Amino acid sequence: MPELMLNGQPLRVAPGTSVAAALRLGGDGSSRTSVSGQRRAPLCGMGICQECRVTIDGRRRLACQTLCQDGMHVETQP
Amino acid sequence: MTEHTDLLIIGAGPAGMAAALAAAASGARIVLLDDNPLPGGQIWRDGPQAALPRQAREQREALLRMSTIHLYNSTRVIACAGAKQLLVENDERGWTLTYDRLILCTGARELLLPFPGWTLPGVTGAGGLQALIKGGMPVAGERVVIAGSGPLLLASAATARHNGAQIVRIAEQAALGAVAGFAAHLPRWPHKWLQSFSLFDARYRTATQVVAALGHERLEGVRLQHQGKTVELACDRLACGFGLIPNTQLGQALGYALDGQALAVDAWQRSTRDDHYAAGECTGFGGSELALVEGAIAGHAAVGARQAAQALWPRRARWQGFARTLNRAFALNPTLKQLPRADTLVCRCEDVAYADLVGHRDWREAKLATRCGMGACQGRVCGGAVAHLFGWQTPAPRPPFSPARIDTLLCLDETPPA
Repeated sequence: MPELMLNGQPLRVAPGTSVAAALRLGGDGSSRTSVSGQRRAPLCGMGICQECRVTIDGRRRLACQTLCQDGMHVETQP
Repeated sequence: MTEHTDLLIIGAGPAGMAAALAAAASGARIVLLDDNPLPGGQIWRDGPQAALPRQAREQREALLRMSTIHLYNSTRVIACAGAKQLLVENDERGWTLTYDRLILCTGARELLLPFPGWTLPGVTGAGGLQALIKGGMPVAGERVVIAGSGPLLLASAATARHNGAQIVRIAEQAALGAVAGFAAHLPRWPHKWLQSFSLFDARYRTATQVVAALGHERLEGVRLQHQGKTVELACDRLACGFGLIPNTQLGQALGYALDGQALAVDAWQRSTRDDHYAAGECTGFGGSELALVEGAIAGHAAVGARQAAQALWPRRARWQGFARTLNRAFALNPTLKQLPRADTLVCRCEDVAYADLVGHRDWREAKLATRCGMGACQGRVCGGAVAHLFGWQTPAPRPPFSPARIDTLLCLDETPPA
């Protein structure tokens, strides 16, 4: 069972869990704040809409197309 | 760094996997590239809350057994780097790939239409919800409404129900007559017919449209309309999809001609450009069975095995019949164009409202004036929406096709002129 850090909090998930799923398992599910200040969460689930972009180990990646790995650091955009 | 391959296949869904396996018999060096972490495309997804069907598992195992097939997961095409040359990127590096022949199997995405409240957390695509659940997103105990159009609504509802969600309503915009007509044709494709029984849900309503997602910080309910009557339902999730749009962007950038909304191909799955093929939903949607046979035809044809390709034509024709029946039944009601209000955001990347777009002549003018379509998704969501709302056509994309690292773009500098 991989354990990752989501916004500084440890979270253990089942193998094969996407980071998009982890956002909901370890928080309110949201990923970013839009240019006009709205909270947003994953929308298309398949790498198209870019709503789920988060910072993973210092790089900007799509949560829906990234699998959770042990020791991974995920930061959502406040 | 530059890498050469005889055959490059973009997209490892059913079409791309079938293309690679068909072409493998020739001994050619094949690169199969996909932006997801595992092959299978949108339909064959596994995860903590989903197992693969047997056929998908066998295809994946067969791919991994072939030493001539190089599978690059989590890899995206960023730009055309020259003649028969693409710049690609994965999580670690960027590099250029040169090829003799190319097969595009880039699939389709959901048509997501704007309506009041659709940007609230808790609102997803219909296929989007299914994909997120399969990836491990918990929905147990949640009240779910699914709306939009097409058989994907039922498939998404089945996945949600299987994972403990309470399906409150499935709202199909097509009229009962159209859906019943589609169902009456299904016995011609027995596998699809049987599948339809397992997906049936008593909460299914036809001629029903979503009017608004309700809530403040997060989704709290949905307003639906059926024959002039409005109903409000409390829910935790709303999944909305209005059918599929072929992913043609990369094809357009490579100079493929379009046939309607899809990439144009001939009987050999050849595009209008020499040595460039396409198969699966990017050439028009029809489900995984059609994608598999089109992929196999493209794979055989790309390595010169014309007899093997031609032997599959009758099977393709059979599934094309299914696709035509499907697309007729779920044609979108023009009243869906009235869903957005003046302040409804159409472009979710740049937060551009409907009222800011009304009155512009075309996509280009609207982009220049409002930044619509100029954000991170590069118009992949709002481009489909404005095509539906205003009839605007979106041209071939300019590189980078998706957000890329500077290090990757610097690889273009090392590329000798074509």
